Order: sequence, then C-alpha cells, then structure tokens
Amino acid sequence: MATYQLTINGKQQTVEADADTPMLWVLRDHLDLKGTKFGCGIAQCGACTIHMDGNAVRSCSIPVSAVSNAEITTIEGLSKKADHVLQKAWVEHDVPQCGYCQAGQIMNAAALLQRNSSPSMDEIETAMNGNLCRCGTYNKIKAAISSAASNL
Amino acid sequence: MTVIKTKVDRRSFLKTSALAGGGLMIGFNWACSPSAEVKDPASAWFDINAYLTIADNGEVTIMSPNPEIGQNVKTSMPMLVAEELDVDWKDVIVKQAPLDNAFPRQVAGGSQSIRSSWKSMRMAGATARRLMIETAAKEWAVDVNSLTTKGGYVLNGNKKLSYGELASKAVGIEIPEEVTLKEPKDFTIIGKSQKNVDLDEIITGKPVFGIDYKQEGMQYAVVLRPPAFGAKLKSFDDTEARKVNGVTDVIQFGDKVAVLGNNTWAAMKGKKALVADWDMSGRLEDTPYHDSEMNKLLNKRAERPSRSDGDALKAMASADKVFEKTYEAPFLPHNTMEPMNFFADVTGDKVKLVGPIQTPAGTRGQIARLLEKSPDDITLEMTRMGGGFGRRLYGDFALEAAEISQKANKAVQVVFSREDDMTAGTYRPASKYKFRAAIKDGKLTGYHLSGAGIGRNNWVRPDWFPAGGIENYLIESSYVDSNITTGAWRAPITNFLAVAEQCFFDELAAEMGQDAVQLRLDILERAKNNPVGEIDYEPEKMIGVIKLAAEKGNWGKAESGVSKGFSAYYSHNTYVAEVADVIMKDGNPIVKNVTVAVDCGIVVNPDAAINQIQGGVVDGMGHALYGDFSFINGTPQASNFNNYRLIRTKEAPTVDVHFVESLNDPTGLGEPSLPPAGGALANAMAKATGNRLYKIPFVKDQMVFG
Repeated sequence: MATYQLTINGKQQTVEADADTPMLWVLRDHLDLKGTKFGCGIAQCGACTIHMDGNAVRSCSIPVSAVSNAEITTIEGLSKKADHVLQKAWVEHDVPQCGYCQAGQIMNAAALLQRNSSPSMDEIETAMNGNLCRCGTYNKIKAAISSAASNL
Repeated sequence: MTVIKTKVDRRSFLKTSALAGGGLMIGFNWACSPSAEVKDPASAWFDINAYLTIADNGEVTIMSPNPEIGQNVKTSMPMLVAEELDVDWKDVIVKQAPLDNAFPRQVAGGSQSIRSSWKSMRMAGATARRLMIETAAKEWAVDVNSLTTKGGYVLNGNKKLSYGELASKAVGIEIPEEVTLKEPKDFTIIGKSQKNVDLDEIITGKPVFGIDYKQEGMQYAVVLRPPAFGAKLKSFDDTEARKVNGVTDVIQFGDKVAVLGNNTWAAMKGKKALVADWDMSGRLEDTPYHDSEMNKLLNKRAERPSRSDGDALKAMASADKVFEKTYEAPFLPHNTMEPMNFFADVTGDKVKLVGPIQTPAGTRGQIARLLEKSPDDITLEMTRMGGGFGRRLYGDFALEAAEISQKANKAVQVVFSREDDMTAGTYRPASKYKFRAAIKDGKLTGYHLSGAGIGRNNWVRPDWFPAGGIENYLIESSYVDSNITTGAWRAPITNFLAVAEQCFFDELAAEMGQDAVQLRLDILERAKNNPVGEIDYEPEKMIGVIKLAAEKGNWGKAESGVSKGFSAYYSHNTYVAEVADVIMKDGNPIVKNVTVAVDCGIVVNPDAAINQIQGGVVDGMGHALYGDFSFINGTPQASNFNNYRLIRTKEAPTVDVHFVESLNDPTGLGEPSLPPAGGALANAMAKATGNRLYKIPFVKDQMVFG
C-alpha cells in the first residue's frame, strides 16, 4: 500500500492503494466516483474512458502509480451543470438505451472535439471505434457528436 | 370510445391517502381486461397495484413497474399513465417501483411490457383523472359531466382548479364503476417523443446501475467458477489469495470459491492468486460433437412433426426439383456492457437484495428456496441495467450473492469480470436448419424445415410465415442434450431461425427465377385469402411492411454500385421488413444503410422506438457478421473483447426507420427488428460478392467488413 496525491476534477484527493490498482477502481471504489464504468478490464471497450491531462485514456489499464501529477477528469467533472456541448447534444438526440457505455462515449468524444473541433464523419468513426455500445446506439452517437461539433 | 370497468369489487378498488406535506397518494387495485384481440396471455385479467402521487404543487409521481434494461419502459410506461391523467409531461416525476406481488408482470422480456400494460397503465391515469373531476364537481357543486381537464387542471368554463389544489380534498371521494379512455386522436403525450427519464443521470455519471450500488461496509466478491462445463472442484489452496492486500475472506460454495475484498481490485487479484485443482473426468462437450449430433438429427425425421399440412414428403417425391439448403449458427454470449453483478445482505431472517435483474419476482423466489426463507422476508430493489438481452432473466449471480452473504455473514456485492461474464454464461444455443422446397412446373409445391439445436426442443415457429401459404408443409424440431447452460438471447430462437429462413427464400426465389419480394407476397396472398390450416400471424400486416420497405428501400430499382438484400419477419407481435444496401470498397463488402418498415401498432414514443429498431438491426447484423463462440472440452474459446468481436461504430450501417401508420394497440419493439437483420445483410452480401453465406459468423477473424 502507498499513498497517492491525485488531482481529480480539479480537486486534490489522497488515496491509499496498491501501486497496481487501476485508476478505474480507485475512482469507483476508493473515491465513490461511479460514473466511470467497468466493461472489460483490458482497454478493449472504452466504458472506462477518462481524461488524463486532456487525453482520453482507458482507466482500467492505467495503474494509480502511473498518474502522478496528471490532471484527471471523469464524467462527473466534465461540466458543472451537465452543460458540456456533448451532454447537451446527447439530450437533444436522446442517445442512450441502457446507458452504461455512454459516459465513456462522451469522454472519448470530448477529447476528440478538444483536438479537432470540426471532425468529418470518417474522423468521428475512427476516433470512436474503440468504444463499444452493445445496444447499438452508434447512429445516435455519431449524430450527437456531429451536432455538438456544429455548436462549438 | 373505450370504456373500462374499474373493478368488480369496488370496495377494494382505490385507496386514497393524504401525504404528510399535503397532496394525495393513490393506490390502485383493479382488474382490467385487455383487448380481446390479444391472444396471449390467454386468461388476461390483471390485478395491479400501482402507485401515483399528486403533490400540492401539482407534481405527479408515477411508479414505473417494470425493470429497465435499455428498452426505455421506465419512460414509455409512465407516459401511458400521464396521457390519461391529462397532465403536462414536464410535471411528471418517474420512480422505479419496488418489487411488489401486486404487480402482474414485473419482467423485462419478450418485448411484452407495453403490449401487456397498454390498457392497465392508461386506466390508472384515467381513474385518477376521474377522481380529480369528481372532487372538483363537489367543490363547485356542479355536475361532473360539465367539467373537462387539461394539463393538470380541471376546467369549469372560465374557472379552473389544479390537481395540486384538489389532491388533498380527494381523499375518500368515490369514483364511478366505469371510466372512459381517450381516443388516440386526442393523445398529447403518446405519439410524441419524450426524453429518457434517466438521461441526465446517465450523461453526468450518477450511480444508477447495479454495479454502482454501495452500502457502507459491504465486501466485493469475485468468484472462481469451474473452467469448463462438466468440471468439478477437487481442492484449492488460498494461501496466496489471503495475502493480497484488501482480501478479507475466502469462501467455498459448491464447486465455486469466492474471494472477498474491501475493493473490487483486491477481490479480483485474490481470485487470480487462488490455486485450484479441477476434476475434469466428467462429460466435457465440444463444438465438433455438437455439430455432428445436430447433423444426425437434421438427416432423420423428428419423433413428431411440429406441424404438417398436406403431404410435403410426397410433394418432394413428385417434384421436378427439390431445392435444399442448410444454415448454421454458433452459441453466443450476451455480453451486456455491465457485467453480471448483485448485492445481497443476509442478516438473521431478513434478506436485502439490490441489483440488475430482468426477473425480480422469480429470482426472489429462487433465493427464498435457496436460503429457506419466506419471500416476504426478502426485499429486492431493481436498479437500472446496463443491458439485458436475456442474460438477466437468469438470476444465478443473485443466488451466488445471497449464498456468499449468508456464509460470510457480511453484505456482499458479487462482481463478474468480463472473463467471468463470457465464460459462465447462459448462452444462445447453437442451432442448424435444413430447408427443402419442392418445385414443380415452376411453382412451389412443398416445404420442409428441420431445425435442431442444443439444450431444448423449440427450434421452429410452425404457425408463422410461411404457414398457411404453402399446400404441403412439414415442420420438425429436435435437440441435443447438453450440460452447457443455455437460455434466452434477444429474440430467442428467431434470432437465427429468421436469418436462415429469409436467406432460404432469397435463394429459392433466384432458383425459381422470381423476384425475392414477389415470392414472399405470393405466399402471403394465399395465407391471407385461403390459408392452409390455422395460422398465428396476420398476412395482411406482413404484406404491409414488405410493401413499405420495398418502396422506401427502392427495391427493384437499380442503384449504381449498390446490392440490395431483402428480409421480413414477424415476431413478438410486431411485423418488420428490411432492405440492406451493401457496396464494395477495396474488394470488401460494406453495409451502408438499412431501410426498415415496422408495424407495431400505435408508436408510443417515436424517437425511443427508432432507437430500439436501429439498435436491433445493428445488433442482428453485428452478431451475424462476427458472433463466434465455440467449446473445446467444455471450455469456452473466447473470454473477452480481444478474442470476441462485437460490431463497432465503423461497421454499423445507418438505419432508416419507417412506421406503418396504425391505430391498433401497440406491440413491443425490444426485439422484433433483430431477427430479419442478418438475412437482409446476407442476401445483399451474396449479390455484392457472388458468395452465399450459410454459417455464422459470416466474417471470420479480423477480416475487414465495413
């Protein structure tokens, strides 16, 4: 066990955890931030996507010891009033079915729009291909990202 | 006008009570007959206890009775109540109802939630509305027939009283024996798209799913299960597991070993550190064995046919040609995005259960038997589910949680890893279908279908299309016994039966030199006008969706570089036809778009309905393309998304949805767009590439598609 000082959603947090504990479980079990989801544990589904210094990463495969001073953002910290342009687009298009993968989809899309504010459909598909949606809401996810980009 | 009797015994019909902060709570307990057209459930007198509260500020809280797995009933069922209550949807708060014996069918399955509650949920709203009118009539001392309602108000000429004002005065007011339901033309909520009531929670990461549940002090349990179906636990060594930081206990139950930890990661690490010795001397099945057993069954007659009209075998014997094709599909895991999990806290006589389950009442009953307790001592809280697809009809994970909690004397949440989820499934069983058609003088004179699959004997739907449309018709089903756990998987049986059947009709039409759509229409005309025997579908509705899909999907019109595939299927009381457009790009087929026509009666929540239909098409095509799951020595050969392929966003087509306009009572949408999808795709791919597809997965390994 070791003590880690983390910056999560702009807040300093102290966590006691084994060095190999994935950030996913630090967020979910140690810090009660349940918005980041467990899907596969091997960075294949994207349900656990968070931002590390603005880049989308799979929190299931980032041990807490590798985070050090990086700024972590989770779905809970994406916006203060659920008013991120993507969250608004998700409401406009009523995207989710079961909803489980959606936080990861939104976090991945947010990182995309951060580096490319007017992505083509090809660029959206390439960026989002790592995020599985078992319900098959891909049509609506793509439409929501497109309309979010047009509202930037 | 639809008039519904409120209750045979009116004394127990309606209980009203004042809320502490002002306002009214209404408990209903009524019997209500659904439409006579509905054949199933047969003796349908529902006895429902629903809860509705009207606060003094006019806010209405509606308890949504059924489990939510992403089919959106938590929104659409309360919409039915709100419509008849005549309130603004923005004033409605929806809450998940608890498991309560008074509800008739707290199940998510079979696409039946809306169909089975269409009258009863509306009646709840209509009865409460009538109560508001009766109360207002008393206040104003006027005749009830002079009053109307709108948007949460009772109107009397220029005067109005809000439901909030009336609520506290309504206690004890009697309502008449009959209430009137709205005509569809007067609907203001039904038929208008309403957003998912949990949308804000989902997009901000609120803990709404089972796996998010936490109780102070609870332990996380990760379970080591036998590595193969048929294997048994001989012994295990937990020395290293107990050394893992955060591991608090190790508990054996049956052939399984649970590692408990104070966080999920600790329990997962602890499980990996267990050393177990397995007895592998039992019956260990593998895929080649299943294949050869199913092939044997397809080549012999079933003990009893599922249906026989005329004499199909004689028609084959006297045909100019017998056209025969066989199609096959593997087992499939469900792979809900939220892995199986459940919370249990067994303390003394009481049991508290929380988690994602499609069958809460049945699961509570099983746990009561397992723990030898009364169901009355067990509470079960239904959480939102990260997908169901049939996997959460089976409560094995909830039973595990209950047993571990009892043995450990602690509150526990069982969590499956993805590997646990994929290798300890209740799989869609593998199946094969052999079709034979007798062709004489250019006409279809006989039809013979043999279905065979693993674990159960229900591989055919003998009274659905093409039943009634072919003079000589023989349908058979047989099965291979197995120790692999199998069960319902979204659109059970038909999720592959439809693919096979719709591929066969496409090939048969080509063989007969006919248009694929016209062949289906010819059979349906016969079934409609002069059916051979009894049928259990409406040919007219099937013709309707076929024609609509053909029109909207430009069937029969040449589009440069586009190959079209057709498919139509009736299931779960809903009719669906699809046209898939496939193009070739760099030598690879790509499905670009799918046009879908649907007859589901009245469309309750259009945007959400489109979402279900699009999802079903993507799901059906994804599993037809990539679903690949086999066994060697009882051991599943795929375990996570690195060796099991699900359809991804690049491969998913756009899906263009068209509804048949209808005033018929609504039917379900959670499943019906899935069965026809694989057939439309295969038929289009055959045209694009020249290769017919007979075996799922259509695409092996990491081959490019899309």
